[in-house]
Amino acid sequence: MKMDDSTRDLLLAVDGVTIDYGGFKALDGFSMTLQKGETRVVIGPNGAGKSTLCDTIIGRVRPSAGRVVFRGEDISQLPEQAIVGRGICRKFQAPGILSGLTVEDNVALAARRDRRWWRNLGFGIPAAERETVDRILEMVGLADCRHREAGPLAHGQKQWLEIGMVIATGAELILLDEPTAGMGPAETRRTAELIHSLGDSRTVLVIDHDMSFVEQLNATVTVMHQGKFLAQGDVASIRQNAEVAAVYLGHAA
Amino acid sequence: MSEAVLSEALPQATAPRDAMAVAQKIVPWALLGLAIVAPWLLSTYDLNLLARFMAMAILALGLVLIWGHGGILSLGHGVFFGLGGYALAMHMKLVDLPQGEIPDFMLWSGREALPWWWEPFASPWFAVAALLIVPALLAGLFCWAVFHRRVGGTYFALISQALALAFATLLISRQDVTGGFNGLTQFSSLFGFGLTRPSVVFGLYWITLALLCLAFLGLKLLLGSRFGVLLRATRDGENRMRFLGYSPTPIKVAAFTLSALLAALAGALFTLHAGVISPAMVGVVPSIEMVIWVAVGGRYSLAGAIVGALLINIARDRVSSAFPELWLYLMGLLFIVVVTLMPRGLAGATTALIEKVRGR
Repeated sequence: MKMDDSTRDLLLAVDGVTIDYGGFKALDGFSMTLQKGETRVVIGPNGAGKSTLCDTIIGRVRPSAGRVVFRGEDISQLPEQAIVGRGICRKFQAPGILSGLTVEDNVALAARRDRRWWRNLGFGIPAAERETVDRILEMVGLADCRHREAGPLAHGQKQWLEIGMVIATGAELILLDEPTAGMGPAETRRTAELIHSLGDSRTVLVIDHDMSFVEQLNATVTVMHQGKFLAQGDVASIRQNAEVAAVYLGHAA
Repeated sequence: MSEAVLSEALPQATAPRDAMAVAQKIVPWALLGLAIVAPWLLSTYDLNLLARFMAMAILALGLVLIWGHGGILSLGHGVFFGLGGYALAMHMKLVDLPQGEIPDFMLWSGREALPWWWEPFASPWFAVAALLIVPALLAGLFCWAVFHRRVGGTYFALISQALALAFATLLISRQDVTGGFNGLTQFSSLFGFGLTRPSVVFGLYWITLALLCLAFLGLKLLLGSRFGVLLRATRDGENRMRFLGYSPTPIKVAAFTLSALLAALAGALFTLHAGVISPAMVGVVPSIEMVIWVAVGGRYSLAGAIVGALLINIARDRVSSAFPELWLYLMGLLFIVVVTLMPRGLAGATTALIEKVRGR
């Protein structure tokens, strides 16, 4: 925040945010920043406040103290739709796909530019969005089952579909809340590749438990503990951090 | 059954599949053809019943829109049905009166003058406009007030039922302006046409049939459009939609308002055919019955809803004239059986059967 270089590329600043659930502080004066194009992993033991951090950024919960600054604007009190409109989209922990729709319609809904209902009385996928839908379906490996109903998809495919939807919105900041939950090693690897393939075109904030996945992502890691910032660094330095080991890796091992 | 066995024995035989495909094409058109010539096939009494039931089927189509595809269970559609019916009935009461007189039930209740809000209903055009606009406006405001507070599901169903109860109670308690428990009845003409003339009876039947077809086709298009996708998406994941940047409330309000409009149209047509509208047709029980028609027919299917509305009402007519006290029990039993054994209703069962035959 102090250096000119970093403020120019600064995309998101979570600034001293406290979320108070009637005395229990899910976030307690938590701060972090994200640079444009960066991939960041947030880890921490259960109850560290990782999902609450996502909830705060997308406007699902409102901070009692602190600010969330996105591209220089405080978004912490904006309505949810306005925050999405600014270019932030989140993948939920349990796959939040639309089960009664086809795979293609799921992505098409996310890719739609005009989201007002009265502008959606036409038929099919508008030509301008067709290309995005095709590209995303290729990217997440679901092009072959585009006309299938999304509900009966395998769990891993649902996760990919929702990641695809989040990317299809064109959001600049993508929040992925446990994208590999319930996945096997092969699927986890594919998910890491998928995130890598975004390169620096998007800023990605990933929350996950799985350390092998975190290593595959090879990104800067931020560690949370009891709603507070604990440590930050590359995977190797976090591995060696005694404090982190005590609160997190110690439990996991 | 024999077809299924045959096709199992001879996998290469395509006869049952072809027969099924042909039947699927022919049956709807045959039924429409029958419906068009029904005035010459049925007695006046049965034709009148059929016309009433077709009016009710228009309401059922609206329930497919909001319940099947929107996930909104309304137990209060009798209100919009009633508003449509009463608006037209008010006009038909006034049009028969000599200059300066007021309807008989008002006199009996000790009123001396027409309430101010009855007066514009002397114009048939005002009545037709009001019978559509008033219910649509009420429905829009009501469901917006509920949905924008993010109240939904069972809570919405209960609130809508309370609305039906309140409406029926209001009608009964204000006898001097609503006709009370007896409702409004004894109509003779509309737009100058005598309602008992055979040509008018036939004409009104065909108008009802035409409106039913129009509602069916219109909703078929709407459900196939991107709006239909938005509505089903909102049903499956309102939160997901919100965090994709959609606003779920207006989508639900638009669908609900349209379904209320269809209910109002159904109510007006029903009143025209039945010659009466009363609180017994708009309260809690009728509102639940409407949902049962659609549950039995299949709540995801427009055709199913029409079939459900017609079948149950025909059955109701037969059973309740023979054993009046039995009907409600039978209806309750039917509802439980359908919900537990056939969640997609008759339409779902038919589709499954067709797929079974075709798949072999």
